[in-house]
Amino acid sequence: MMDGSKGFEDAQSGEQKIRNFNINFGPQHPAAHGVLRMVLELDGEIVERADPHIGLLHRGTEKLMESRTYLQNLPYFDRLDYVAPMNQEHAWCLAIEKLTGVEVPRRGSLIRVLFSEIGRILNHLLNITTQAMDVGALTPPLWGFEEREKLMIFYERACGARLHANYFRPGGVHQDLPEDLINDIETWANEYPAKMDDIDGLLTENRIFKQRNADIGVVTEEEILDWGYSGVMVRGSGLAWDLRRAQPYECYDEFDFQIPVGKNGDCYDRYLVRMEEMRQSLSIIHQAIAKLRAPEGQGDVMARGKLTPPKRGEMKRSMESLIHHFKLYTEGFHVPAGEVYAAVEAPKGEFGVYLVADGTNKPYRSKIRAPGYLHLQSMDHVAKGHQLADVAAIIGTMDVVFGEIDR
Amino acid sequence: MSEAQKTASLNELGALLDAKRPDCVASWEVAFGELTVTVPLAGIPAFIEFLKTDKACKFSSLVDITAVDYPTREERFDVVYHFLSMYTNQRIRVKVAVREDEMVPSITEVHPSANWFEREVFDMFGILFTGHPDLRRILTDYGFRGFPLRKDFPTTGYTEVRYDEVEKRVVYEPVSLTQEYRQFDFMSPWEGANYILPGDEKSDEAK
Repeated sequence: MMDGSKGFEDAQSGEQKIRNFNINFGPQHPAAHGVLRMVLELDGEIVERADPHIGLLHRGTEKLMESRTYLQNLPYFDRLDYVAPMNQEHAWCLAIEKLTGVEVPRRGSLIRVLFSEIGRILNHLLNITTQAMDVGALTPPLWGFEEREKLMIFYERACGARLHANYFRPGGVHQDLPEDLINDIETWANEYPAKMDDIDGLLTENRIFKQRNADIGVVTEEEILDWGYSGVMVRGSGLAWDLRRAQPYECYDEFDFQIPVGKNGDCYDRYLVRMEEMRQSLSIIHQAIAKLRAPEGQGDVMARGKLTPPKRGEMKRSMESLIHHFKLYTEGFHVPAGEVYAAVEAPKGEFGVYLVADGTNKPYRSKIRAPGYLHLQSMDHVAKGHQLADVAAIIGTMDVVFGEIDR
Repeated sequence: MSEAQKTASLNELGALLDAKRPDCVASWEVAFGELTVTVPLAGIPAFIEFLKTDKACKFSSLVDITAVDYPTREERFDVVYHFLSMYTNQRIRVKVAVREDEMVPSITEVHPSANWFEREVFDMFGILFTGHPDLRRILTDYGFRGFPLRKDFPTTGYTEVRYDEVEKRVVYEPVSLTQEYRQFDFMSPWEGANYILPGDEKSDEAK
């Protein structure tokens, strides 16, 4: 009807009635890095408000853990941040070891460091390359995933699984590494810098990559404290905070490595920090291999005792060992009552476990503190005022993985 | 820093807090190289503000907020805060006991990062925070009922979802388990387990 009976409101121009636009970013968006649903309120292309809806991958890990033994709980940690599984296992083992007072033998400790750093490279490779994809570069993920695949094979050769390792155990690591695996890791570590230079050449001075990342998502010292950031989100802004250095766990205090820091605290600096951290991790890998080969690095990989199974040979001869093996894998070990918080510098930041034990074979309560949870929380704060397209870059640089955020 | 030095500096810090804020510190202890301070419920916001601003503490990063459920206790929940100081390189744990009908003052004013943690505690335990800007559920499903991390909530939950081919949508149904949920009893009969065997009640009747 165009006879004017409805008035002429529908003929108003766009300038006269502007309203903010709400869109759902995700849960199926490829740049949402999983199952993030974010309700964005847009003024034109500017983000006014971002409301992340999380929990779409919630599996109730903490509840499940309360009805399983300490050993049965270990594989759940692989499923948290599935990009670098062993780093999360590490926190759980450290918490149990702190409560029980178990000393990890040197070789076990070195293997843990070696695989933690492999995990760090796994994570940073994925993060850098997929973040580059979010801002428009297709080649880096293809190149980066090839290297990830090689590292996954090292995982598989150490523990039998590419992803869900279940390799770090309270008291050490499950099995010793074969000699040729150590040699192959070293060969890889020698070849890898060339591959990193490739990615470096693709991205670091790339005009588009710089335009999309420099000065985006700037984080100041004040914001770091207010939002509880950790890991690269802190170091990208110039604070040299790294738990491996500040509160050394395992045997990190005897390794020589630098802590790269950024200057501007933007997405581009965080990318540079991640690149340099991979180089530092490589140096730690080389040092760990040298230490593993040294005479002091030989020996058992597990503290033999109540927490760990007896050797196969002993089980064939000794009745007590056989009973111990059976009891360990059915009842599990008992952890003395108490509460501890153990944290590791996971690739994404401070990954911690708050464990309340009541003296039985199951944890009374375990709280998993995931770094990504806090990073994503500040999405509204960081993304406000940015363009819609920058949201993808910011999600990428925050390094969110929903396995650990939703738990 | 050696373990002994660490414990000594934590002891020092605990004594300092006790001396400076006796109204807020109910008790403190150092165990496993970690300092735990128990605070009465009313003192929470003031004490955390103090921890953040005091020159000797500077606990400016909130690490974690969580709760622990002790169903048999009068004060059912423990709300546990973890703080970190990147300046003094120390950690502290603050604990407060809360009854089921009590509300905890929110600390989002002091630490904006407490926002999601408090939402999570509300979601999982049903503890309410006063002064929280947006206390919605966070991790559980839209329209979820109950508080999963309470000890009286079954691990299997109450509802299950599946895609219904006939109705062409996801349907919610009460949980039906094809086999009983397995909870093994690991108590060793040699370690003084007190099993109640069928027929045991008769011996009580005889008395």
